[in-house]
Amino acid sequence: MTDLDKEILKVDHLKKYFSVPGGSLHAVDDISFTINKGETLGVVGESGCGKSTMGRAILRLHEPTSGCVIFDGKDVLALGKQDMKAIRRDMQIIFQDPFASLNPRMTVSEAIAAPLLVQKLYVKNDKEGIRKRVKEIMEMVGLANRLVNAYPHELDGGRRQRIGIARALALEPKFIVCDEPVSALDVSIQAQILNLMLDLQDQLGLTYMFITHDLSVVKYISNDILVMYLGQMVEKAPADKLFTKPLHPYTQALLSAIPVPDPDQAMNRISMKGELTSPVNPGIGCRFAKRCPYACPDCTAQDMVIKEAEEEHFVTCLRVQRGEI
Amino acid sequence: MKEHKAMQENTQRSLWQEAWRRFRQNKMAMVGLAFISFLVLVSITTLLIDFFTDSSIYNEYVVKQDLFSRLKGPSPEHIFGQDEFGRDILLRMLWGARYSLFTGGLAIICALITGGILGALSGFYGGKTDTIIMRCMDVLLAIPSMLLATAIVAALGTSLWNVMIAIAIAYIPTFARTVRAAVLTVKDQDFIEAARAIGCGDSAIIFKYIIPNSLAPIIVQATLGLAGAILSIAGLSFLGLGIKPPTPEWGAMLSNARVYIRDAWHVTVIPGMGIMLTILSLNLMGDGLRDAMDPKLKK
Repeated sequence: MTDLDKEILKVDHLKKYFSVPGGSLHAVDDISFTINKGETLGVVGESGCGKSTMGRAILRLHEPTSGCVIFDGKDVLALGKQDMKAIRRDMQIIFQDPFASLNPRMTVSEAIAAPLLVQKLYVKNDKEGIRKRVKEIMEMVGLANRLVNAYPHELDGGRRQRIGIARALALEPKFIVCDEPVSALDVSIQAQILNLMLDLQDQLGLTYMFITHDLSVVKYISNDILVMYLGQMVEKAPADKLFTKPLHPYTQALLSAIPVPDPDQAMNRISMKGELTSPVNPGIGCRFAKRCPYACPDCTAQDMVIKEAEEEHFVTCLRVQRGEI
Repeated sequence: MKEHKAMQENTQRSLWQEAWRRFRQNKMAMVGLAFISFLVLVSITTLLIDFFTDSSIYNEYVVKQDLFSRLKGPSPEHIFGQDEFGRDILLRMLWGARYSLFTGGLAIICALITGGILGALSGFYGGKTDTIIMRCMDVLLAIPSMLLATAIVAALGTSLWNVMIAIAIAYIPTFARTVRAAVLTVKDQDFIEAARAIGCGDSAIIFKYIIPNSLAPIIVQATLGLAGAILSIAGLSFLGLGIKPPTPEWGAMLSNARVYIRDAWHVTVIPGMGIMLTILSLNLMGDGLRDAMDPKLKK
């Protein structure tokens, strides 16, 4: 089947609960999706809705509570230590904070060479080979060669983030989780880094899972968009469909909050009322119900089911299930 | 190619070099470092002299008694005077430096390794491991370190080695706590997760990522701990639990001479000054190191 050939990552009922005083925090609750080769899945949602946790759970940086992650035909969660180390070559991550994600005691070249040495792509004595490869990668991400011996504290945020990207690319992965890679940077540099990432995707055929809370960024970069709310998936659709016809009330509110760079245009912001449902021991039903303008008693009486409203457009909302929209 | 190399050397300024640059600007710390370096040099020289002369100078001048010139004050031949058995105090001070410095140093290194491993394990793994190790450390910490060292020496018998072991054990909890705290601040940072993401194992993460980044407070603690250890050795010797006479240990010299304090000031003042200056120097050095390595003070 061609569909399976295209599919690089399949996440099935992934759950990650943290035990906290007073119960368990449902950071990622029953999320399923697939990503096709060479495409970008944008993951959006408000702070603390579990976007980053989901990215890390897929890479097993946080051990998932339950669920299934199939990457390239292999069940990631069932792999042993050695196989896991091997598969890390193919799945990498770019971190949000370029100031915290680099070891302050390692120079640029050491930081980029570290993945090569850890994965034993080069032996330690092959100094010339490593130097060459590091230089190659640095060129690829647009880092000047004179920075090889600089320490991270001597560089600005944009350059540091390029090191982070270089480290992720060093192993020639197929799939990269980008955990808000531009949100710590200022706007002019954001554009540079985003363009770099798009160029690299074209050149190397990378697949991205792009986590962000910046909706204009996600529109620019993704094929599909997944909207999360308090650990659950509320809507998933191709980017253009989601922006032109959002179905879930939360997505609608989220999209209405995008600032428009035109002072004359009135903004039709949907402001939300009501309180946030706590992610610690949430009950059954829709977690958005308390803030939803269309909520009815049925919304909190049963668990929501993901429904394909139209082709490729998945929504978790009772109104869609009932065919009201 | 030459130009390339020159450029590399220019840009290569590691964080340690940066710390050293800041340390050098601290005059008091440099004085402390100079005094400690002098003591290390003296210890090594006297060791070498003993080795090449088959301890003949040691036997002839440092421990041989001359009861006709007991408690004689400073004179051109004996700049620091002579002690209660007529031995030259300057030579005894010089030969005694090694006991304080090396025993103290060795004790601190042992304490640092043991305490460091325990602290690192407890900080890195957390949970039950942490609780078990740290509660044991708390028990050790509840007993005053001097009392603990005294008890251990009393139990094991008085010898140089036992003193060292006692002091090492007494200092383990301090280091375990310091290392644990340092590891805790480092371990939750993103770059540890980044290391995991490229496939590093636990031991690689501890040795390549956590230890280099938590070294600064540990070095400071070790310098200050060394001062304490030297004082403890002198204290134990003073109590008669340390090194046996006629070995010229500073604390023992002070202890033996104290009964003559009314007749001859120099027999107590000089070893006392020696101990005081050493401790002061180490403390100054420790303070200087802390200031140099604390990134918050970085200008």
